[in-house]
Amino acid sequence: MPKNALSLPPRSTPLKPRRRALVIGASSGIGAALARQLAREGYALALLARRQDMLETLCKEINAASGESRAVFYVHDVREYAAVPALLQRILADLGSLDLVVYNAGVNLPAAYDFENDRLMTEVNFIGALAWLDRVAALFQQLRSGQIVGISSVAGDRGRAGNPAYTASKAALTCYLEALRNRLSRYGVHVLTVKPGFVQTDMLKQAQRPFMVISPEQAAADICKALRRRKQFLYTPARWGLIMLIIRLIPSFLFRRLRFLA
Amino acid sequence: MDTLPPLQTLLRLSNFGRSLYAPGYTYQPVSVEEIEQIFKTARRQGLTVGLRGAGKSYNDAALNGGGIVIDLRRMNRILDWNPETGVVRLEPGVTIQQLWQHILPDGWWPPVVSGTMTTTLGGCLAMNIHGKNNFRMGTLGEHVLEFTLLLPTGLEILCGPKKNRDLFYAAIGGLGMLGVFTTITLQMKKIRSGLLQVRAWNVPNLAAHLNALEAGAPAHDYIVGWLDATARRAGLGRGQIHTADYLTEEQDPRPQHSLRVEYQTLPSTFFGLVPKSLLHYFMAPFMNNPGTRAVNTAKYLLGLTARSYRQTHAAFHFLLDYIPDWELAYGRNGLIQYQSFLPKETARDAWTEMLTLSHRRGLPSYLGVTKRHRPDEFLLSHAVDGFSLALDFKVTDRKRARLAQLLQDFDRIVLEAGGRFYFAKNSETTPQTARHFLGQEAMAKFKALKKRCDPHNLLESDLYRRVFEEDE
Repeated sequence: MPKNALSLPPRSTPLKPRRRALVIGASSGIGAALARQLAREGYALALLARRQDMLETLCKEINAASGESRAVFYVHDVREYAAVPALLQRILADLGSLDLVVYNAGVNLPAAYDFENDRLMTEVNFIGALAWLDRVAALFQQLRSGQIVGISSVAGDRGRAGNPAYTASKAALTCYLEALRNRLSRYGVHVLTVKPGFVQTDMLKQAQRPFMVISPEQAAADICKALRRRKQFLYTPARWGLIMLIIRLIPSFLFRRLRFLA
Repeated sequence: MDTLPPLQTLLRLSNFGRSLYAPGYTYQPVSVEEIEQIFKTARRQGLTVGLRGAGKSYNDAALNGGGIVIDLRRMNRILDWNPETGVVRLEPGVTIQQLWQHILPDGWWPPVVSGTMTTTLGGCLAMNIHGKNNFRMGTLGEHVLEFTLLLPTGLEILCGPKKNRDLFYAAIGGLGMLGVFTTITLQMKKIRSGLLQVRAWNVPNLAAHLNALEAGAPAHDYIVGWLDATARRAGLGRGQIHTADYLTEEQDPRPQHSLRVEYQTLPSTFFGLVPKSLLHYFMAPFMNNPGTRAVNTAKYLLGLTARSYRQTHAAFHFLLDYIPDWELAYGRNGLIQYQSFLPKETARDAWTEMLTLSHRRGLPSYLGVTKRHRPDEFLLSHAVDGFSLALDFKVTDRKRARLAQLLQDFDRIVLEAGGRFYFAKNSETTPQTARHFLGQEAMAKFKALKKRCDPHNLLESDLYRRVFEEDE
């Protein structure tokens, strides 16, 4: 499980401060792009995912590009809820501290009234987030600092006929992140909810009519910018903000008739 | 299965300069048994343990980010005090303040003290502190008669200059990496008065500065220099020398009066009006290049006439306590200190080069302090037969990278001049620099002892990781 053969990133000194981030769901897509972007910005990284080979390749790539040990990985399935406290303690000890935690783990499976699929989506997209972010929130509240990023989705803004369980899991995540923000802002902890539209990742295969598709790198760049500005919400690309505003305003009786939207 | 350390114990700890913060699961044990228990928990949890006294190191010596930190301040009993012989036995969390206040009424004073009285004896010994009398009295470690060291394995070992000698000379100044001092026995210094005769005079440049330190040391009990690090060209290295001497019974007709603790108390207001706890707010606007230059010039001009006066021990020694929370004046990124120790033959040229370089790069130090030193036998010693110069720098986001480069250049100059460094101060020392000044042999000997005392590598600090763990 946790510690791997890679050497740990160096600790901060007053003249070489290093911010430290944990990215959960880092092996591909937005998570991997965000890891690369954060490494370029000087972060030391703990990368978590199920797929060891992909994590290992990503860490090696990041460390080679930055010329020093900057990323380590931990193989973990976010549904192993019981493992979270000990793993978070391990990561904190390995990095020396934590300034940023990104919950990016997510799956989108075909909607066919399949309970197993729906449960899996809920567990990965939402219950896993609870397991991790509850613990992280307590940690950051105790330390009176930190940034939490949750990768939700524009799909969570309305219940969509296309995939009820997926949209519900993302709606739950959005609501949970808002609650965390309300709870933690008084302690100086920043919570950012990210709602990407269509991003060129494995998940896009499930999309029926993708449009305004962006690359994971663009999403990662937007997230880093929002982090610096301590924004509360981020639609990426930004145009989704307007689109979703309109969609949210459509009354339910009308929304269910608009088949191309619902 | 063992439970995880509770989150409530996780505290955001900082260093003295408030330039670095790191979280640690912080425990405040009151007995040796409790410390043993913490070591056992740490081992089961796969966590490391850092030791912390008052947290007054300028760097990362008392930080262990993400690990356990044993804060020893509650083990603060003075176990035995003999006013006839001046021998004191105490626990590691006893502070210098507690110690001097306990022994002063009997006519004794700690032989070596730090610039603040808030430090703990355990911390002072782990760093092997020196004072303004290093040239005469050596380091604090030279006044230790014996100590017991609790190893992470649970073994408690008695060490003295003749008993377990290798461990004695390595654990003192050993950065808390070999074990925990559980009891310390020290020899105090007999004094006849609670006052010191202080003399202060200006020196116009670095050559005069170092000459004054060298010529003055043999004749005085204490000597220290303030160096105006903002002065350039002909005035480079100018400053003020302070000497202090113990008074004899004849010189102080009322020693029982001056030896009282109340007599030594530092005033709580400035000019009898401004509460000192507010002073750092007034200092903050001057913490920039022109502001410091103006203040330093004024200080230098005001000191043009030599002065002689009497001062209490507390007032002379504990300058860092004179203004409470003075480090806050340096702003939100705090300050760092760079202290170099140079042989007397090379000090002048090396410091001329360093000060000039700092001016050329627009990064003058805001406070410089010089002392006279002598070498000692400790394994990780910083001392030389020469001088030390401690330079304080304000850390700002804008200057960070340039300051890092400057200190890297300083390291090169100091190493080329045969100098050494002190682990309680410099925050950017690299493993290469440490190996260079300590030597391969000392480094290997320390690591071998570490392996023997702490086979599971439980004791660690961010300082140790930074400087010693490079090729492991």
